[in-house]
Amino acid sequence: MTLLYTEVEEELRASVRDLLADRCGPDAVLARIESAAPYDMELWKTLSRDIGVAGLLVPEALGGAGATAREVAVVLEELGRAVAPVPFLTSAVLATKALLEIGEEDLIQELASGEATAALVVPLAASPYRSLPEGVTVGADGTLSGQVRAVAGADVADVLLVPVGPGALYQVEAGDARIEVVPSLDLTRPVATVTFDGAPGEVLGHFERGKVLAFGAGLLASEQLGVAQWCLDTTLAYIRERHQFARPIGSFQSIKHRMADLWLDVVRARAAARNAADLLAEPGGDSPELAVAVAKAWCSEVALHVAEESVQLHGGIGMTWEHPVHLYLKRAKAGQIALGSPGAHRDAVAELADLPAPA
Amino acid sequence: MTAEEVESLAREFLAAHDPGGDRLEFLRARFDAGLAWVHFPAGLGGLGVHRELQQVVERVLAGTPQLDTGVQGIGLGMAAPTILAFGTEEQKKRFLRPLWTGEEIWCQLFSEPGAGSDLATLATRAVRDGDEWVVDGQKVWTSGAHHSRWAILVARTDAEVPKHRGLTYFVCDMHAPGVDVRPLRQITGEAEFNEVFLTGVRLGDDLRLGEVGDGWRVAQMTLMNERVAIGGAPVRRGGGMAGVVAETWRSRPELRTHDLHRRLLRLWVEAEVTRLAGARLREQLAAGQPGPEGSGMKLSFASLNQALSGLDVELRGEEGLEYDDWSFRRSDSVDFFGRGAGYRYLRAKGNSIEGGTSEILRNIVAERVLGLPSEPRVDKDVPWKDLPR
Ligand SMILES: Cc1cc2nc3c(=O)[nH]c(=O)nc-3n(C[C@H](O)[C@H](O)[C@H](O)COP(=O)(O)OP(=O)(O)OC[C@H]3O[C@@H](n4cnc5c(N)ncnc54)[C@H](O)[C@@H]3O)c2cc1C
Repeated sequence: MTLLYTEVEEELRASVRDLLADRCGPDAVLARIESAAPYDMELWKTLSRDIGVAGLLVPEALGGAGATAREVAVVLEELGRAVAPVPFLTSAVLATKALLEIGEEDLIQELASGEATAALVVPLAASPYRSLPEGVTVGADGTLSGQVRAVAGADVADVLLVPVGPGALYQVEAGDARIEVVPSLDLTRPVATVTFDGAPGEVLGHFERGKVLAFGAGLLASEQLGVAQWCLDTTLAYIRERHQFARPIGSFQSIKHRMADLWLDVVRARAAARNAADLLAEPGGDSPELAVAVAKAWCSEVALHVAEESVQLHGGIGMTWEHPVHLYLKRAKAGQIALGSPGAHRDAVAELADLPAPA
Repeated sequence: MTAEEVESLAREFLAAHDPGGDRLEFLRARFDAGLAWVHFPAGLGGLGVHRELQQVVERVLAGTPQLDTGVQGIGLGMAAPTILAFGTEEQKKRFLRPLWTGEEIWCQLFSEPGAGSDLATLATRAVRDGDEWVVDGQKVWTSGAHHSRWAILVARTDAEVPKHRGLTYFVCDMHAPGVDVRPLRQITGEAEFNEVFLTGVRLGDDLRLGEVGDGWRVAQMTLMNERVAIGGAPVRRGGGMAGVVAETWRSRPELRTHDLHRRLLRLWVEAEVTRLAGARLREQLAAGQPGPEGSGMKLSFASLNQALSGLDVELRGEEGLEYDDWSFRRSDSVDFFGRGAGYRYLRAKGNSIEGGTSEILRNIVAERVLGLPSEPRVDKDVPWKDLPR
């Protein structure tokens, strides 16, 4: 085990970063979020076909790369750094992990190649530690009915994976559901309300929903690290350039000390996110639950705090639509809620680290 | 040399030396076998291998006589790396072995009444007299001076040049005539640190470390290592001050409240990510020297220790109102995690002052790690003798 990046991971990072620099700069993202297609599916195809990110978790025998959570985490760092509007977390991590848990072998091949995209139909805010409200039920005729709010990546999915009851997972063609994108806090990962009204579905098997959501939460920490890193780098560059009182504002001690604290938070976020990815990558190693809870609790708050400080230290320009920092703030705020709030993860720490709540 | 080779060396050593025999003999033999600090050169307690391989040795030699890091901290963490980097061959041969075995304890004569954060402004003079230097001045906050054989000392050898350029680094003989150590009582009641008066202290030129006028650069090596030494030590998950508080929490359910629980969980998570960052930093530094990133670890260590030890006192309620012992005595050793909760709380206050204050460390991170511009300075190019004091 290592908390550093391997050479292979750095190569993967470089190719994702190059592609994003080319195709997913701040101006392109700003233009896209107000278009009819907020998710960039052309970029997603290139990422899947040329770099193979969609199949990272899928075994080679099923057409994937046979990689692990460690490589997925590196991709997420880069996607976070660019707030790239692609369905990687929703399709290649959450939906793919659900299929892997079930042992599904057909659809997963389509996902691995990027031919098809899937979404797990749960609210993005679902906590790994709580059962979900009964959103979707199966009728006597075997069709699905019900509604789920705040689902990410649904509008660009070809296939919906729908948890029903305590552990069943159904597959529904996207065309058989009503998917309404709603104005979303996170402009680069909009959510939709998904409604089934007697939709035909096929049961794929049974899975442990909490485990899949925890896997996603532990890796979301790496995306949050990427968001935080961008905000830190961008703010540093700005405060070195921007002059007031005949000095760079970055020479004022009240600002330097805040930056030092933010840097330290990000240093620790990197260690926490790496640790979670490393333990999620190693089945049979140290149990990953505590590492996941620690990473998601910490990285959620760090990403948000750095994004908020970033807006503040940019002054008026930080308040404008034109400057991309708001995209990061919105991603960070939504990420805080996603897959278990920091408080939910700290409650899990209480359990896992034997720090019981008062009776 | 591979990990396996180091391991078999350690095993051979253990087979040939009885760990139950004389403690000092065992440690001396361990030093001579190159198993003291494996990254040091052969002949100086090491094998000239990767720093990381030390863990292999520690595993094999667990349960054998160990160093007393509470008293040897300054020697091991600060003096040794500085002597290794700047000392002559004779100095390395003379000092490193008894330093490591603990036969000779070291202290640090840096801070002065007029020079703390701004160490380079210090006023203790060293004047050359033939083959000797004559030192006059006053040092303060000198931890462990009362049981030290040697000290690392920075003194001014040229007052005509700007402050950073007129300093020279020495090893000070704490038994030399003219060295007067007086205890200073701390907020904990005891005296861990001292004031040290140096009056006409004669030090041979062979006790100079590095070139005349190069003392600031030598001191940087000491300070960089100090920040890693404070707060850089490996901790196990749930260990350190977090472990101390968690122990209270687990064993005393009647003390638990929701508010304390929420704060404890936040701090526990912060302690865990800090521990992981330390582990990651050590992986990065395994081969090289500590850089300014180490300052970051000391910052987190200080604020966490303070918050956790404060929570521990609060959590204990009535018991938190009591204190184990205020008597004024000289401490035997430094232990941040020892004694009662009240002592730990008060001792932790020093963590953000000793070894560079948290404010100074933030300056260092901002300027050296993040590359932010320094504040305008009025003291840089002025000869030391002309600075306002
Ligand atoms: C427990 C303990 C043990 C110690 N052991 C030793 C020892 O063994 N040997 C030794 O040589 N020294 C030792 N010290 C001394 C320690 O290194 C100094 O106390 C420290 O460097 C601060 O110096 P000062 O006390 O003069 O405070 P000052 O430098 O006067 O600082 C006072 C306050 O001003 C702030 N400040 C100063 N400059 C700036 C700036 N540029 N920007 C922002 N804020 C600033 C400081 O952060 C601090 O809050 C020890 C101290 C303690 C508490």
